[in-house]
Amino acid sequence: MTDLNTLRYSEEHEWVAVDGASATVGITDYAAEKLGDVVFIELPAVGTEVEAGSVVGEIESTKSVGELYAPVNGTVVEVNDAVVDDPSLVNAAPFEGGWLIKLAIAEDAADGLLDREAYLAITEG
Amino acid sequence: MTEPRYTPLRERHEALGASFTDFGGWQMPVRYTSDLAEHHAVREAAGIFDISHMAEFTVAGAGAADYLDYALAGRLSALAVGKAKYSLVLAEDGGIVDDVIVYRLADDDFLVISNAGNREAVREALLARVAGHEVVVEDVSDAYALIAVQGPKAETILAETPGIDDVSVPWAEQRYYAWASATYDGNRILLARTGYTGEDGFELLVAAADATALWDALLAAGERHGLIPAGLAARDTLRLEAGMPLYGHELTRETKPAQAGLGRVVVADKERFVGKDAVTPAEDAPVLVGLVAEGRRAGRAGYAVVTEDGTVVGEVTSGALSPTLGHPIAMAYVAPGATGQSLFLDVRGTRIPATVTALPFYRRKK
Repeated sequence: MTDLNTLRYSEEHEWVAVDGASATVGITDYAAEKLGDVVFIELPAVGTEVEAGSVVGEIESTKSVGELYAPVNGTVVEVNDAVVDDPSLVNAAPFEGGWLIKLAIAEDAADGLLDREAYLAITEG
Repeated sequence: MTEPRYTPLRERHEALGASFTDFGGWQMPVRYTSDLAEHHAVREAAGIFDISHMAEFTVAGAGAADYLDYALAGRLSALAVGKAKYSLVLAEDGGIVDDVIVYRLADDDFLVISNAGNREAVREALLARVAGHEVVVEDVSDAYALIAVQGPKAETILAETPGIDDVSVPWAEQRYYAWASATYDGNRILLARTGYTGEDGFELLVAAADATALWDALLAAGERHGLIPAGLAARDTLRLEAGMPLYGHELTRETKPAQAGLGRVVVADKERFVGKDAVTPAEDAPVLVGLVAEGRRAGRAGYAVVTEDGTVVGEVTSGALSPTLGHPIAMAYVAPGATGQSLFLDVRGTRIPATVTALPFYRRKK
């Protein structure tokens, strides 16, 4: 299991796992639950340069459409094809098999994001 | 803002972990666990829904049948005691105030169930139309809860639920769009074989004070048959697959019945009824169509329907990726001349080919 305390979070309910110059991005359990059952995911192509705060993909549930925001600046180096094929992974395992994209980032790119405690304060507020 | 209202089953929903959403001024369960699991349960086994937010009116008196022939679009005087009928409350200008189900309880006694969000509008319309009729119309919504058990296992579950007794019609003889009376724990309940899911099922009208006990008994009896609580999200995808209109989406004050494919609901040769003089839509008025598409991206309410050259010819009123069929489905109002052309859904800038199809999208096996 991922230790959720080691992740960084955006106010748009993405989580980011930083490993040196690599960042894995997904949406939080809170976001997944708010969306309901995810049925369609569109992710950016590998090689796409993304800017923090910009819309880079779509997450549709039976009831609504959510946008995926890039939580940090970076370049897409990998997308999770498994989650595109089976979007229910986002609900079943948002922090594990439901990850969305991997970005190449500057090592300090995620420094401005929230820690677990600050993120939980948002969702509970 | 008025305070959000809760049904008598609020505590049960909270204990079951429901997420709530506003619906017509009511805080209602949108889902308990998973929209899709709840949807599939209704198609394959059964789901139980709290629909106590819906409004109930009694229409009683020697003139009740004549009154309803005047106040509603259909010929309710022809409805047999024990049966139910889908009908419309029209405005003088032919627009739709609400869609309702009418149950004939006795020769001179009817029950009208309307949408929660239209309770005031329906009450106002019904009361305004009583003049000259020997009838008493009462809004009895607050006295009752309404629980729907929907799905192929619904009859079995109800028949096995302890406490439901004195059923007036044998289970196997209860027909769709009919009702039977029964008791729960000694108090009278109404078992209406109606629903909003496209499956067989029942809607149980029960005194508000008995709602929790009946809910618990149904859930307990249904567990081994796969019954689970289902929320409004599943209810919406179920009714959409079944091609059933939702007020505020397919039906509005500006919509005339024939536009919505409900021309058959209007008995136009009645001598006199509210809306009669204006019920025919203009020839170029948009018409409701079913649209199917490939892939997984759904056209949603408000999205444009366009032709090959990008001309907007319509608008989606409801749409979803159909959980049962696995492809996107939508209902849309489209210019009558455009229904034979190649159509596309404008899904946030991406054009997705869509094919006009007859409603419903899904029909249960008999």
